Amino acid sequence: MNKTVNQKAWLFVLPVFILVAFNAVIPLMTVVNYSVQETFGDNTFFWSGVLWFTEILQSERFHDSLGRQMIFTFSILAIEVPLGVAIALTMPRKGAWVPVCLVLMALPLLIPWNVVGAMWNIFALPDIGLLGYGLNAMGFDYNFTRQIGDAWFTLILMDVWHWTSLVVLLAYAGLVSIPDAYYQAAKIDGAGAFAIFRYIQLPKMKRVLTIAVLLRFMDSFMVYTEAVVLTGGGPGNSTTLLSIDLVKIALGQFDLGPAAAMSIIYFLIILALSWVFYTLMMRNEES
Amino acid sequence: MKRTAIVPALYIVFLMLPIYWLVSMSFKTTNEILGGFSLYPRDFTLENYIVIFTDPVWYTGYLNSMAYVSLNTVLSVACALPAAYAFSRYRFIGDKHLFFWLLTNRMAPPAVFALPFFQLYSAVGLFDTHIAVALSHTLFNIPLAVWILEGFMSGVPKELDETAYVDGHSFWSFFLKIFIPTIAAGIGVACFFCFMFSWVELLLAKTLTAVEAKPIAATMTRTASTSGYELGLLAAAGTLTIVPGAFVIYFVRNYIAKGFALGRV
Repeated sequence: MNKTVNQKAWLFVLPVFILVAFNAVIPLMTVVNYSVQETFGDNTFFWSGVLWFTEILQSERFHDSLGRQMIFTFSILAIEVPLGVAIALTMPRKGAWVPVCLVLMALPLLIPWNVVGAMWNIFALPDIGLLGYGLNAMGFDYNFTRQIGDAWFTLILMDVWHWTSLVVLLAYAGLVSIPDAYYQAAKIDGAGAFAIFRYIQLPKMKRVLTIAVLLRFMDSFMVYTEAVVLTGGGPGNSTTLLSIDLVKIALGQFDLGPAAAMSIIYFLIILALSWVFYTLMMRNEES
Repeated sequence: MKRTAIVPALYIVFLMLPIYWLVSMSFKTTNEILGGFSLYPRDFTLENYIVIFTDPVWYTGYLNSMAYVSLNTVLSVACALPAAYAFSRYRFIGDKHLFFWLLTNRMAPPAVFALPFFQLYSAVGLFDTHIAVALSHTLFNIPLAVWILEGFMSGVPKELDETAYVDGHSFWSFFLKIFIPTIAAGIGVACFFCFMFSWVELLLAKTLTAVEAKPIAATMTRTASTSGYELGLLAAAGTLTIVPGAFVIYFVRNYIAKGFALGRV
C-alpha cells in the first residue's frame, strides 16, 4: 500500500510509545545498572565494569543451562511444527465439526501456565496419575521426579500438549485461505497428494509457518512457570532451563550483579536469533 | 467423514486426557486421591468447589485476575488502535525502527523483568494494585495488539478513508464511526490474544502483588506450599481457571481461523 509521509502520525503512536517505554526502558536501565556494579548488601554499590559479564560467560553453570535450553527449544520445534502441519492437513475444512475441533484444540492455550504445570504434575504422578500409573502398569519404570530421562520426556510432552495447537491453528488458517480453483487446477494436471502439498499447500503456509516458528521459538526460550511447577528444575539441575536458573540467581540468592548480566546476555541471544527469523520472514514476504 | 480424520481425533483425545484427569480429581475426596489409583471419582463430592466459592481467599483471587485482565485488554487495544492505524497508513521518521523495537518487547523474557518491575512499581506506589499488573502486562500485549491490528488495517483499502473525507467526515468521526466497525473482527482477535496472554501469565502478576490484588494462580501456588498437599482443592481451583478461557474461545470460535489468516498472528 502507498503510504503518505505524515510526521503527525507520531501523535497516534505516542500513547503506545510512552507506555512501552515506561515498562521496558526503565527496567532495562535498572538491569544494565546492576550488571556493572558490585554490592555487599548494604545498599552501597561499586563500579565493577564487565566483571559479571566475563564471569557469567565463563561459568559452567550458565553453559549448562544454555545447553539444556537449546536442547529443549529445538526438540519441541522439531516435534510441534511437523505434527501441527500434519494435524492441520487432516482436519476437515467444512462442516459442523470445524468449530468443535477449533474450540477443543485452542483450550490448552488458555489455561494459566501454573495450572498447566500442576495438571501435568497430577497427571504424571507415578502412583495416582493416569500417565504415570499407566506407563508403570505397561511395564515401564517411570518416575519423573527421580529419573532424568523421564523428567525430560514429561517436560517435552507437556510442551507438545500445550503449544502444538498454536501451530495447528496457524497452519489451518493458511490452508483455509487457498482458493478451491488451485485444487481443481491441480486435479486437471493430475497432481498427487504429495505434489499438492509440495507446490500448493506448503508455499501458501510459508508465511504463517514462519510466524509459528518465530512465536514458538521466542516463547519456548522464555518458558518458566510450567517447567518450574512440573519439575522444579530437577531432579538435581537436570531440567533447569535458562529462566529457571535466572530466577534462582535473582530472586533466590539475590545476586543482583550476576543476575543482571545474565539477563542481558539472555535477552541478546533471543533478540539476535529472533532478528534472523524476522529478516528471513520479511524477505519471504517481499519476494 | 474421511479416514484421515483419525489424526485430529487422536490429537484431541490426547489434549483432553490431562484435562479429564484434573476435572475428575476435583470431584474426589482427599482420602480417595491419596488412597490409590482410581479412574473416576467413586466418592463423588462437591466439597472442593464449596470451599472455593465460600472462602474469600479463593474467590477474591478469581475476581482479582478478572479485574486486571479486563483492564489490561481494554488498555492494550485502546492504545494500539491509533498506533496501528498510523503504522498501516502513514510513513514517519523512525517508523520501521519503532515497529521492530515494539516487537522486541514481545521477546523479552518476563524472568528478566521481574525484579526491576517490583522496584519500579514499588517506587511509584502502585505495588499490589490491579493497575500495576495491568500496566506491566502491556509490555507484551501492546506490541502484539499493534502487530495484529496493523495486519487487519493494511487489508482495508485506503479508498475507504478518502471517500469518507470527501463525504465530509472529520478524522475522528471517520475513525470511530466507519473505520472501527470495518475492522471489528480484527479488534475481536486482538482482544482475544490480549486476554489470553494476560490470563495465563503468572510470574509478573505474582511478583507485583501481595494481598489486595493477588491473582488466583498465585493463591494456588501459595496454597500448594503452605497447607500441605490438598490435591483435590488445587484440582478444583485449576478446573475453574479453564472456564473463562473456554467461554472466550466459544465466542470467538468463528473468528479464530479467519483472524489468524488475515492478521499477522
